[in-house]
Parts: sequence; structure tokens; C-alpha cells
Amino acid sequence: MSFEDYRGTWVFLEVKEGKIAQVSLELLGAGRELADKRGDQLGGILIGEGVKELATDAFTYGADVVYVYDDPIFKHYRTEPFMEALMHCTNKYKPEVILYGATSKGKDLASAVATDLPTGLTADTTLLDIEEDTGLLLASRPAFGGNIMATILCKKYRPQMATVRPKVMKALEPEPGRKGEIVEESLSLKEEDVRTKVLEIVLDTQKRVRIDEADIVVAGGKGLGSQEGFELIHQLAKVLGGAVGASRDVVESGWIDHHHQVGQTGVTVTPKIYFAIGISGSIQHLVGMQNSGLIIAINHDPDAPIFQASHYGIVGDAFEIVPLLIKEFENVLGLGDVSHVGKV
Amino acid sequence: MLHIVACIKQVPDTKVIKMNPKTNTMDRASAPAILNPYDAHAVEEAVRIKKRYGGTVSVLTMGPPPAVKAIRKCIEIGADEGYMISDKRFAGADTLATSYALTKALDKIGKQKPIDLIVCGKMTIDGDTGQVGPGIARRLDIPPLTSVKEVKEVNKQDGYAIVHRKLEDGYEVVRSSLPCLFAVEKDINEVPYSPLPNMIKAAQYKPQIWAVNDLEDVDVKQLGLKGSPTIVAKVWPPEKPQGGEMIEGSAEDQARKVVNIVMEKKELFRERGGVS
Ligand SMILES: Cc1cc2nc3c(=O)[nH]c(=O)nc-3n(C[C@H](O)[C@H](O)[C@H](O)COP(=O)(O)OP(=O)(O)OC[C@H]3O[C@@H](n4cnc5c(N)ncnc54)[C@H](O)[C@@H]3O)c2cc1C
Ligand SMILES: Cc1cc2nc3c(=O)[nH]c(=O)nc-3n(C[C@H](O)[C@H](O)[C@H](O)COP(=O)(O)OP(=O)(O)OC[C@H]3O[C@@H](n4cnc5c(N)ncnc54)[C@H](O)[C@@H]3O)c2cc1C
Repeated sequence: MSFEDYRGTWVFLEVKEGKIAQVSLELLGAGRELADKRGDQLGGILIGEGVKELATDAFTYGADVVYVYDDPIFKHYRTEPFMEALMHCTNKYKPEVILYGATSKGKDLASAVATDLPTGLTADTTLLDIEEDTGLLLASRPAFGGNIMATILCKKYRPQMATVRPKVMKALEPEPGRKGEIVEESLSLKEEDVRTKVLEIVLDTQKRVRIDEADIVVAGGKGLGSQEGFELIHQLAKVLGGAVGASRDVVESGWIDHHHQVGQTGVTVTPKIYFAIGISGSIQHLVGMQNSGLIIAINHDPDAPIFQASHYGIVGDAFEIVPLLIKEFENVLGLGDVSHVGKV
Repeated sequence: MLHIVACIKQVPDTKVIKMNPKTNTMDRASAPAILNPYDAHAVEEAVRIKKRYGGTVSVLTMGPPPAVKAIRKCIEIGADEGYMISDKRFAGADTLATSYALTKALDKIGKQKPIDLIVCGKMTIDGDTGQVGPGIARRLDIPPLTSVKEVKEVNKQDGYAIVHRKLEDGYEVVRSSLPCLFAVEKDINEVPYSPLPNMIKAAQYKPQIWAVNDLEDVDVKQLGLKGSPTIVAKVWPPEKPQGGEMIEGSAEDQARKVVNIVMEKKELFRERGGVS
């Protein structure tokens, strides 16, 4: 394997609801930096049915070239056809680095591609850098439930691949009108040869709060005492136009659904403001929220570990402080109809 | 009759693990070794499929000798047979080398009794990459089905399975040919307390243990550290948040101060007031 043949950074452009997924836009931002450091191009790989137009968005967010596989066989994500497309493109154009969102699709695809190439794959990366002269990717990730960080290298194989967690990299400011090159590719895959069929897609029609997309998250813990006590969290979230988060113990007590759970076995959130109210701050909770912009904790125990992880702390009783907060915020923000900030 | 193999791993309990502050390494001795919690769900699901359609559940692990304990735990859950591959030459394997070694063991198990279905956990709580399951499937050239949250049907006669795969905003119903591999979500089932007869069987159970030389067609260059493209170059404790400012004063003062801090970020409220 001659490393000189491998040039450029690529991002697998995941398509979600007819658009390029937010995580892929973030990766274009991160990928742009890597490509610039190496003086190389930033590529995107776009696979789907009727997706060619989306290449324009990728250029707006920093891509120089987008490889497109547009075919009905790619209507739904399935490991094998998507993997075939990636293998085809990778063998033909030889990128130095490929990044995938650490989403269920991205992780599934990257693991399959890594095995077939074969090459190394760093999982759930949260920090990325590249050695300017050698092109060695420095991919760092949490492991052991967030107890340690590790830097993973792949010295002897190319391309170097990593899945990257959503919300940890920054998308570039879009530059409308920025141009790039579209390279259309195709495969001679036949539907009969694909061993999995998507029979049906059942979308959750419930309008649910996407806490991972909210700018403000108000999260409550066992300290609220009961489901009725937890109502305070809903009220504060409503005044702020934020989303409701919860610790696992709250979810297990049945006060709220699992999709509100923040943490290792719940959702990772990175809002601009995170309120942690009556939450002790276990490591499993912290790994899910510690990258929030501004963390404000309220707990009546001055030694609660959550204070170590917060920018501002109040030692006090939630039942005293939170109603005051609600009243004060209502005063400054006005009571009118609250439209939610971030997606709901 | 189905032959289902669940791949399982023994892991340190990350909840109680301690870090050595001097060397920045994990004090593995501080943490009890447990069956990876996600793998308990994988074994439970395999046992449920067996109960529905009939068959055998085998479990396979790669690990050091004490990992026998994790196999015993699976026998408690209801697995019939256990296999372990254990050899210094497997040590230090990343996911690529792990899936290679496990595939060689699966080949051997499959020769004794063809495998219809492989079940893995979503991920482990130590490496937590979630990459080993899909890796095994690719190496065996069978379809990988990750994020499985419900098994609707496994039909050996007609050679297919139907599952629900979890999506970010719902689920999809997928039909796959058999054999295939499921990587299961934790909410696929609840693992109940083990029945007494299983516990008695487990206490005495001795799995088959194979070293590298017991496996066939093994390219030793693809094993362990040598066969691993990724290397852990550096390990460090995550930056400990230092803790910020404590807000003092009466409850009213505290609340007012918080409101001021938040209002400094008032761009967050730009969409209020009907602009939407
Ligand atoms: C494998 C594994 C995975 C896990 N995953 C997660 C996860 O994803 N997310 C998660 O959150 N947890 C997770 N946990 C659980 C975690 O270890 C903790 O048990 C949990 O986070 C504690 O929830 P809590 O902070 O709400 O409750 P507690 O630890 O009981 O804390 C309640 C806090 O409220 C304070 N309090 C009490 N009354 C008041 C009051 N009136 N006013 C103000 N403060 C008050 C108390 O001082 C205390 O600090 C996991 C555990 C394991 C083993
Ligand atoms: C700090 C640290 C970071 C690491 N980061 C990476 C990385 O980014 N990329 C990488 O390739 N490797 C990495 N590794 C190595 C990786 O943890 C090991 O390869 C490990 O043996 C398998 O990966 P996993 O534990 O993540 O398993 P997962 O892929 O998370 O496990 C998924 C499922 O595969 C099955 N399975 C996994 N291991 C076994 C086993 N030994 N026996 C039987 N079944 C099993 C189980 O069903 C399990 O639920 C890292 C190791 C450390 C210590």
C-alpha cells in the first residue's frame, strides 16, 4: 500500500428527511480543517434516490467535490448496497480519511466498510486532528463509559476512518453560491441480489421533543421527589421555550419517557444552556451533558458532584428556587405564546 | 431446529472502575468483571427465539480465562452451550482483529452444527464501539442487522427473518435472508431472574476452550495487537470540570442572578413572540 496514493478527506453525507443530516454538515466543518491542513480537497459521498441536488448544500458547507450514487436501490438505507457504493468509490479515488456521523446508519456502514477494506475505524470520536506532514489522523474518544479519553491512531492502513459524535464538531457558516464539482458514479447492483428488504417504515408521529436539538434543556432528577414535583421542570422548560431532560432514575421511576433521558444510556445533549435540578451528577449523567455551553445546577447538597461539572451552582431547595425562577423569567420574557427554541 | 450463537464479552463494571491518578490507567482490579449488560439482552433474546421455534443457543466469547464466569452467567439465562477462545495471541485485538478471531471460532462451531443466526449486543460498556457485530457479519458474508429492537419472525424453513430496527425517529420493518446477524438494543427485552435449574447447571458448567492452534485456517498476522490497525496511543482522564461560581444570597437573589446570566444569552429567545 503506497500512502502517497491516498489524498483528501471525505465525509459520508447522511441523508435525513430529504436533507443532509446536521451531523454531516458538522463533519464537513471538521473535514475542511483536516483537508486544509494537508492542502487537500474535501470530498463528500452522497448515496440515495433523488439526492443529487443536495450536493449544492455540501458545497455551501465546505465540500470541494461530491461523489453521487443516485439510484432507486439506495431508496432506503441498507448496509450492503451502501457499503458497495463506498467500497467502489474508495477503491477508485483513494481518500486519506473518511468521516461518518456516529449515528445508527453511520456506525453500521462504517463498521462494514472497515471490515471489507480492511482498515482501522475509531468509534465515537469527539476530537480530531491530523499531522500536517504525515497525514496521520489523531482521533480521540471517550471509553469505559466516559471514564477515560483515548487517542487512537491507524498508522499502517489507508484510508483512516472514524465515526464522529453528533454535536461535537462545528459546521461552517454556510457560503451560498460556493461551487464544487459533482462526480456521478454508478454501480450495477440488482435488487434481487440484495439480501435485506425494508418492508415498512413506521415514523413516530408524536410530535416529540428532540432534546438533542434544543438550545435550552431543563433537566430534573430524583431530587424533585415525585412526578408531581417534576412538574416544576416542565413549567420552567415551558417558560424558557426549552426541552425537558431527566436523569435515568427519573425515567426508571416512570415520571417521564426514556427519550428524555440524558446520559450514557440516554441521549447526548449539547444545548447552549443546561439546567440540572435535583440531579446528583453521576458520571453516567455527566457524559451526556458536559459539553453544554452553560451549565447551571441547583441542588440542596453542597457536595453534590454536579457542582464540579457546572459553570454556576445554587445550593438550595428546588421547590423554593424553581418557582422563583419561573416567576422571574415570566416577568422578563413576557407571558405570551411561547414558541419553542430549537426544534420540537 | 435453529442454532443460534450469541457473542458475549466479559467487561469491567464501568460504574465502579477507579482510575490510577499516577499512571492514568484503569485499575482493572478495582472493578468487578461482569457480563456486558447489552450481551445479557442478546442471550435472553436468543433464548426467547429458541423457546418460540425450538433449537439450541450457544454462546461464544473471546477473553482471558476468568471470562468463563460470563459464560456461566449466560447458561443461567438459558443458553445451552458455551465456547471460549483464549490465547495470549488474541490479546490487544481491536474490533477488526476481534471479529476475525471470533469468525474463526464461529467457523469451527458451525462445522459441528450449522449456524442459522448470530446475536450480538449493541455494544460493550468498555470499548463501546459497537463495531464487532457488523464486522463478524461482513466476514461471514451474512447480512448485519443492527439496532434490532424486536424480532417478529425467524423462519428457518423458508430461510428468512423479520425484525424491527430502531431508527432515530421510529422504526423500520426489515426482512433478511438467513443466516444473518442481529445486534440488539437493550430495550428488546427484560432479562428475568434465572430459574434455579439453570443456576445449578451454570455453577458446574465447563465450556469448550480453544487456543489459536485449535482453530483452522488462522492467519496469525491478523490476530491480537499485530492484526489490529488501530492502536491506543494515549489514554488520559477526561478534563475534570473545575466547577464554576456558586451563586450566593437569598433564594430571591439567587433566582435573579440566574435570570441575569441567562438573559445575557438572549439571542436564544429570538424566536419568541410569534416570529417563530
Ligand atoms: C450502566 C449504567 C448506565 C447509566 N446511565 C445513565 C444515564 O444515561 N443517565 C443518567 O442520568 N443516569 C444513568 N445511570 C444512573 C446513574 O448512575 C445515577 O444513578 C443517576 O444518574 C442518579 O439520578 P439522580 O441524579 O436523579 O438521582 P440521585 O443520585 O438520587 O440524586 C438526587 C439529587 O437531588 C438532590 N436533591 C434532593 N432533594 C432536593 C431538593 N428538594 N432540591 C434540590 N436538590 C435536591 C440530592 O442532593 C441529590 O444530589 C446509569 C447507571 C448505570 C449503572
Ligand atoms: C480505550 C480503548 C478505546 C478503544 N477504541 C477502539 C476504536 O476506536 N476502534 C477499535 O476498532 N477498537 C477500539 N478499541 C478496542 C476494542 O475495545 C476491542 O477491540 C474490543 O475487543 C472489541 O470492541 P468493543 O468492546 O468495543 O465491542 P463492541 O463492538 O462494542 O461489541 C459489540 C458486540 O460484539 C460482541 N463482542 C465484542 N467483543 C467480544 C468478544 N471479545 N467476545 C465475544 N463477543 C464480543 C458482543 O456481542 C458485543 O455486545 C479500544 C480499546 C480501548 C481500551
